[in-house]
Amino acid sequence: MSISIVLLPCTGRIEEAVLLRAFEKGADGVMVIGCLEGDCHYVNGNIRARARVGRVAGILETIGFGPERVRMYNLSAGEGAAFARFTGEFVDQVQTLGPSPINLARGQQNQESTEEVAAT
Amino acid sequence: MITGTPKPIEEILEMIEPYEKIIVAGCFGCVTVCRVGGEKEVQVLASTLRLAREAGGRPLEIREVCLERQCDPEYLDPMRPYVEDYQAVLSIACGAGIQFMAEKFARTPLLPGINTGFLGVTERQGEWAERCQGCGDCVLHLTGGICPVTRCAKSLFHGPCGGSVGGICEVSRDVPCGWQLIIDRLKALDQLENYGKLKPYKGWSSARDGGPRRIIREDMI
Repeated sequence: MSISIVLLPCTGRIEEAVLLRAFEKGADGVMVIGCLEGDCHYVNGNIRARARVGRVAGILETIGFGPERVRMYNLSAGEGAAFARFTGEFVDQVQTLGPSPINLARGQQNQESTEEVAAT
Repeated sequence: MITGTPKPIEEILEMIEPYEKIIVAGCFGCVTVCRVGGEKEVQVLASTLRLAREAGGRPLEIREVCLERQCDPEYLDPMRPYVEDYQAVLSIACGAGIQFMAEKFARTPLLPGINTGFLGVTERQGEWAERCQGCGDCVLHLTGGICPVTRCAKSLFHGPCGGSVGGICEVSRDVPCGWQLIIDRLKALDQLENYGKLKPYKGWSSARDGGPRRIIREDMI
């Protein structure tokens, strides 16, 4: 499973729409990694991000994608080992869940088009 | 401001089920302030609907727009060149905006994405409360700035009813008695004499009881 890292100055910049857009673009899961709570350079960016991640999880649950596909972690910039551990943990979680419903639908559609081409 | 709450996604998905190409239209007015129908909510709703529909095997094409106001004709006009290229408009403005758009775009179905609430205020982030019912005959100068029509569950005009106990309305433990609030405030302002100045009766013809209302300002026409 491949991972794309998107750098932002603060998790407070992350709107719900940005997270949902990642799923539209084909992500099977999105993890948001912010600074430790209480350590935000912009005071409460990571607190806002946590609330937004929670709302997106609710939306994903409503539309049948599952709330586990999005998750917030908090780390300090010096915790490289914890970053690797959390990433591995999240990747395992997403792999257990499998492809997102939108990727399944796209995969099925591609298979059907391939079959149609093969039949002609 | 006019407040509202989002409709459940399931209900919206059912509403848009027949369509494959729609506009999701927000409004930069009241519904932006109460975080239910502004530009951000357009983006989130559009993304949610696209995800749900494509996952179900029926992709949905959405044009996302947010108008300055949906209740003024000049802001609806820019949609005119393209609105008929779409099968429906899902509006997350208030009921007034949605209806006005329906009047202006007669051949396009209009769908409501929110449930319009009331004229209210932001008491704290995420919590809004009703303050005005637009009765058309304001008496706030006599009632310490607290509206008996709105804050009293029965819209009484001459003091609290027998259901007021310890400052709480019988309707709910979460609802303060409007008349208790009025009397406390008049006392604090040393204006209790205003209590006796209230009209002998209130004419409701300027309220909703007279049917849909219209304001005509000759000086502005």
